[in-house]
Amino acid sequence: MIPELGNFSIMLALCLALVLGIFPIAGSFSRNVRWMALARPVAAGQFVFVTVAFACLVSCFVTNDFSVAYVATNSNSLLPLYYRIAGTWGGHEGSLLLWVEMLSVWTFAVSLFSRQLPEQTVARVLGVMGLISIGFLCFMLFTSNPFERMLPGAVDGHDLNPLLQDFGMIVHPPMLYMGYVGFSVAFAFAIAALMGGQLDAAWARWSRPWTLVAWMFLTLGIFMGSFWAYYELGWGGWWFWDAVENASFMPWLVGTALIHSLAVTEKRGSFKNWTVLLAIIAFSLSLLGTFLVRSGVLTSVHAFATDPRRGAYILIFLAIVIGGSLALYAWRAPKVGLGGRFALVSRESLLLVNNVLLLVAAATVLLGTMYPLFLDALGMGKISVGPPYFDTVFVPLMLPVLLLLAVGPFVRWKEASFAEVVRRLRWLALATLIFAGVAALSFAPSPLTVMGAAFSAWILLVTASYAIERLRHAPAGMPLWQRIRREPRGYWGMIVAHAGVGIFVLGVTMVKGTEVSNDVSMHIGDTTSAGSYSFRFVNFEDNIQGPNYIAKRGTFEVSRNGNIVTTMTPEKRNYVVQHMDMTIAAIDRGFTRDLYVSLGEPGINGAWVVRVQHKPFVSWIWAGCIIIAFGGFLAASDKRYRLAKKRRAAELEQAALPV
Amino acid sequence: MKRIAIFLVPLLAFAALCVFLWRGLSLTPSEVPSPFIGKPAPAFTLTQLTDEQKNFSPKDMQGKVWLLNVWASWCPACRDEHPMLIEFSRQNVVPIVGLDYRDQRDKGTEMLQEMGNPYQLIAFDGDGRVGIDYGVYGAPETFLIDKQGVIRYKHIGPITPEVLTKTLLPKIKELQNNA
Repeated sequence: MIPELGNFSIMLALCLALVLGIFPIAGSFSRNVRWMALARPVAAGQFVFVTVAFACLVSCFVTNDFSVAYVATNSNSLLPLYYRIAGTWGGHEGSLLLWVEMLSVWTFAVSLFSRQLPEQTVARVLGVMGLISIGFLCFMLFTSNPFERMLPGAVDGHDLNPLLQDFGMIVHPPMLYMGYVGFSVAFAFAIAALMGGQLDAAWARWSRPWTLVAWMFLTLGIFMGSFWAYYELGWGGWWFWDAVENASFMPWLVGTALIHSLAVTEKRGSFKNWTVLLAIIAFSLSLLGTFLVRSGVLTSVHAFATDPRRGAYILIFLAIVIGGSLALYAWRAPKVGLGGRFALVSRESLLLVNNVLLLVAAATVLLGTMYPLFLDALGMGKISVGPPYFDTVFVPLMLPVLLLLAVGPFVRWKEASFAEVVRRLRWLALATLIFAGVAALSFAPSPLTVMGAAFSAWILLVTASYAIERLRHAPAGMPLWQRIRREPRGYWGMIVAHAGVGIFVLGVTMVKGTEVSNDVSMHIGDTTSAGSYSFRFVNFEDNIQGPNYIAKRGTFEVSRNGNIVTTMTPEKRNYVVQHMDMTIAAIDRGFTRDLYVSLGEPGINGAWVVRVQHKPFVSWIWAGCIIIAFGGFLAASDKRYRLAKKRRAAELEQAALPV
Repeated sequence: MKRIAIFLVPLLAFAALCVFLWRGLSLTPSEVPSPFIGKPAPAFTLTQLTDEQKNFSPKDMQGKVWLLNVWASWCPACRDEHPMLIEFSRQNVVPIVGLDYRDQRDKGTEMLQEMGNPYQLIAFDGDGRVGIDYGVYGAPETFLIDKQGVIRYKHIGPITPEVLTKTLLPKIKELQNNA
């Protein structure tokens, strides 16, 4: 009964999406106010039905309804409750439903928080989101329905892939999808603006908070994925340049360019065409990511069930959405005009350079991701392009971005003096050079490590000095808290996010440059070492029963200079339903280093292959990501965006007063 | 007019991408004529992955029909291929030599510990120089080399059961039966 209810809800949601995609937009051109007014209630209705459908699927998982094919393939009665819930998005059909659920949430949110927008804009924005929703709902109903029944029903489920049985599975996909789908708002705003031919500062101001929130979620989503891979895959890597990772990283790069470009459009009225194009590309890459993951055209560790029919459907959908919007762009953008002019040395120029570099970086990632496909399409076989390509191409592109990122806030809008910028930054540059020298002599083993450390020091120093300068610039005697409050949140958001980048870069540099890893064959009682730590294999237990697995566990005593630091217990688990072996690494996290122990294969006469790793500053990578995301949150919560709303509300109240 | 042309660039770029994606949907791994087929396998000497003290050269395999399988730990397609290779190696039809291509020693060793080792031995090509000599596009690739050290066949992409039974095995048998 419940699966049928879910199925029915999806159909109703599709009907509402059709209404949302057609009438409000048509009304906005024919000035039919009633049709335009449909947008908000229909968006709410769509949200309700998609949410009902989602709740139905969750309930099928919770009650172990194995007559539903999707539940039977992705769950098992032995699976703990929280993984059964997360299992809802553990496979293709369910993650598609999650996608649609997120889209309906964003659509509903736009309908709620758009009171200050002109009716026409609201109708178009919600209409565009409705059109996207139609595509995904049809895709789900016609090619991948999560509620499909299986007759006769299975006695028990096939279990959720053990790799996915983790806390990461509960939070990573929803976060990531919030980000992916969130770019649909910026996209819808851009399309609405192109339809109306009106691209102005107000448009940029409306798009900004939405884009920032989506970007923040995407940042957190990617971070969660990386953090998860680090401890779950059991070999200590945290980024693999895998096709699916790239699929999330490309929209992030373009989204980063977009939030900077929106700032210019709002403040200076420049870059309009460029900003619209970035908004279209950011969302297109989100869609392309979905295509790459779902269609199976690329081999990936994340590959879900692949089906060429699905691939063909998504590709046609992509062609319509992206092709259509780019055609609209080619048609309308030439009339938009250039906006404010600016000099060669100005903040606009720097932001333009930053934008171009980020876009080129995204393009190189796209090229690397698609290269195997290009070769295949040209008849040269399936291959993988691995980290060697990405490391060689991506890093040099990012270096100027990092250098300019710190300098940007020091440069004036419109026209700046190069000499003045140099004068203000020369001592900081000197300090950075001295730091680089010290680094080279003390801890950094290679020129690349020295450079990475110097770049991160440069970002942190310059950003901090800029913040201090702004804080000083206040009436004497003002308390610090008030000084901080005086500056807008958007400004603090920038500083925090930039500092986060500095911390992130330091983490990456130190891990890449100075990690130590040691693979050894050990018997109980043996000792090995990594960095200045020594690891003694003290105990081994077999046949430990988990809820749905059986584990072997080693115990290691870690000491440094003779003092015991901690005890670590890596495991090797066998998940009974899928007969799958999993390596569960033991990680001891610290402020300046992680220790990482994982069990390999059993060797002859009771020996085990053990991998011990000393990974300096890994936590800084995670901290950097969280700080960057927090910067996005601060910027999105800027008073400016809320003020506009209040002002509008006050106007409405006045208008409602009897005269 | 020229201004408008610029705005068409994104659309055209996307159209080109779509063509590739469309073809990508209907494609399966295929073989390519390689300029190396029928030529002697380029000579090299590399250290072995498992033991830096020992070397390997193709001439060590003189008189045998053998497979040179290019792989790396960073390559997901190689991980897909790996179980197939292990099964094939158990049948003892031909010696399989691995070429760990553009990899790090510890990562490569680790992958074998994790997934098993189908190779008789593995040459370690950390900087990919030998890969270049062999015209490697990416990983995985597999070369079939005859008793005289001549490359007879090259397969790009993972070896599937189908490739093995329909193409590789007949060729191997034929070469092994030749004097």
